[in-house]
Amino acid sequence: MTEKEKIQEETKKMLVKWKSKRGSLIMALHEVQGAFGYVPWDAMEVISKELDVPMARIYSVLTFYNFFKLKAPGKVIISICDGTACHIKGAPGVIEAFKKELNVGEGETTADGLFFLQIVRCLGCCGLAPVVVINGKTYGKMTADRVPEVIKEWRETMAAENKGE
Amino acid sequence: MVELSQDQIEKLKALGRTQKETLIKLGEQFKEDIKKYKAFIYTCNATSCHSGGASGVIDAFNEALATAGLTDEVRMVCTGCMGLCASGPLARVEIQGRKPFLYQHMTPELAKKIVQEHIVPALKQGTDVTANLPEELKKNELSLDLPFFTKQRKIVLRLLGHSDPENLGEYIANGGYQGLMKALTMKPEEVLDIISRSGLRGRGGAGFPTGRKWSMLAASPLVDGEKFMVCNGDEGDPGAYMDSCILGGGSHAVLEGMLIGAYATGATSGWFYIRAEYPLAIQRMELAIKQAKRYGILGRNIFGSDFSFMADIRYGAGAFVCGEETALLASVEGNRGTPHPRPPYPTQKGLFQKPTAINNVETLANIAPIIVNGPEWFSEVGTETSKGTKVFALTGKVKHSGLVEVPMGTTVGTMVEDIGGGTSSGKPFKAVQTGGPSGGVIPASEFGLPLCYEELKKIGSMMGSGGMIVMDADDSMVEIAKFYLGFTVDESCGKCAPCRIGGYQMLQLMKKIAAGEGTKADVAKIKEIGEAMKKASLCGLGQTAPNPVLSTMKFFKSEYDALLKDGNEPDEKTPEAPKPAACSVNTK
Repeated sequence: MTEKEKIQEETKKMLVKWKSKRGSLIMALHEVQGAFGYVPWDAMEVISKELDVPMARIYSVLTFYNFFKLKAPGKVIISICDGTACHIKGAPGVIEAFKKELNVGEGETTADGLFFLQIVRCLGCCGLAPVVVINGKTYGKMTADRVPEVIKEWRETMAAENKGE
Repeated sequence: MVELSQDQIEKLKALGRTQKETLIKLGEQFKEDIKKYKAFIYTCNATSCHSGGASGVIDAFNEALATAGLTDEVRMVCTGCMGLCASGPLARVEIQGRKPFLYQHMTPELAKKIVQEHIVPALKQGTDVTANLPEELKKNELSLDLPFFTKQRKIVLRLLGHSDPENLGEYIANGGYQGLMKALTMKPEEVLDIISRSGLRGRGGAGFPTGRKWSMLAASPLVDGEKFMVCNGDEGDPGAYMDSCILGGGSHAVLEGMLIGAYATGATSGWFYIRAEYPLAIQRMELAIKQAKRYGILGRNIFGSDFSFMADIRYGAGAFVCGEETALLASVEGNRGTPHPRPPYPTQKGLFQKPTAINNVETLANIAPIIVNGPEWFSEVGTETSKGTKVFALTGKVKHSGLVEVPMGTTVGTMVEDIGGGTSSGKPFKAVQTGGPSGGVIPASEFGLPLCYEELKKIGSMMGSGGMIVMDADDSMVEIAKFYLGFTVDESCGKCAPCRIGGYQMLQLMKKIAAGEGTKADVAKIKEIGEAMKKASLCGLGQTAPNPVLSTMKFFKSEYDALLKDGNEPDEKTPEAPKPAACSVNTK
């Protein structure tokens, strides 16, 4: 089975429960992104057919909402909060430090496909500002100085995981 | 929409009126079950404490209790938000007959020590051991007599931090679903009347009277046999997390509020629209709906009445504009979240073109207590026009950053100085921002201002959903205004020109000023654009986007002046109007 067929078959399975429900396009997109990490074009084709929604509308919805990704992000997703509380407690400095350390911009993946950097608005733990979440792990009261050490930690974690495989 | 299976419907019919009794029994069973416990450990596992490592603390408590052989004597509870997020993870120890004792900055090691040196001796000796605690534990005590705790009044947050949000029996034992049961014994009009008389206004920010909104929905006839309730849980305001905590720690209370509203208005089904960035809130609401279906709280003929209702969840996808009601409805329908002009109002033509009432999470959480305790009980709290309490997320440069609920009319000063405990830096306060990107600043000189809808609007800010960001002497107000404007420009949906173009141009001028390149003419231009945006934008996002800029310009003019190239020049020095040169322009 080709990669495309795999994606399409899996997507079709996910859509069963959304087919009969009103206004379920966004929910279906959430489910697809949850499974693949992004919304692949191949999946969009299936969604269009199954939910009877034009491709153009799917694309317009995907690009309207910040949450959806059209490209596969890196394995390690770094979400830096730039909500107000984090902002006034030093998030801009943390963002710059990550950009410099990884040599990527916002919404980009490093050349080795390992790190994906995104800036988010408020993660709801303002007491820990500034906050960075990396693959579900939270780093509270983050500083620019700690950035190289955190990146190193994740490089090692991923290297260990690769070996394990 | 969720449909019940035939099998489920039959089961419900067979159960008939006993559904209500089953539920009451569930609560009684819970009370019976906890009688065996001599002590309780409540650990906060809301987003902030969880991020700070609460899971490890909970595991350590459980392990230490098992080692000490106390699992049958001590109840371990993972709760919703306890409030003082800056000191998290938090854990409260309650030993029968003793004063509750709160620990801050919890670690797994500390949890073990607490079991060994606080709980075990207390249960063995049967005396108050808190005076003789080892230094290690004592230094992590957080006094419950702090103004942070004593100056609050909790209606919405009543059960958060005191109960297990996943335990329906516990909710029932604490008076849960009493509001719905009581409402179902009344006529829908009577319920509407109680909500109207309570003076409850929308907690999402605009403050529209809830009773009036519901009456409007009640007056709209069903379309194709349908009418809807929608709960707005799209808390996109950066620096605000009240709804996240209310949904995560008290999902049943919000569901109960929606059910009462549906009964009063004749709505047939409901949707909870929750930010996808709040996985815990979504998970808890999904669980609440599942439990409610199982016990016949949702479904056909609820508690044996003629009232039937179903609810489902829709996720947001990261668009601030979806907090605006018409944009939110577009999003629930699965479309781009762009607003449309009102009228028609959603109560006439809303979701799928059918009558719909949209209520904020906190608004719905207030409903059941009002029904149970009566409208007078609620309207006694607050000011003349703003009744009840309001939940705020107090954050920024304040010592006791966290989630607080205070009576309406509490002054800004009480909030930041008493409850907040002063600035975290020790430097003087400069201002407080309320209403997020739609609001404005309250300078330190105005800290006597009572927190209520009218007063905040008068000063150029707004109540907003409850974000309250504290700024100290180090913060540049121009920078803050630029930050907020950058946010709204980013989040503008682009549908109407005043917001799309006005916001962008205003931001360019703000950047110019912040870089020290601005002039007085730029300031004047910003004000002009701001006024135009306020008047001409299609929805609340564009209408309020200029607020942070205009409000900082009003109260912190000197900060802007200091950055202007011609800021120190007196006003008279504006260049003379050019003399009209006769026919110097191409008139040919």
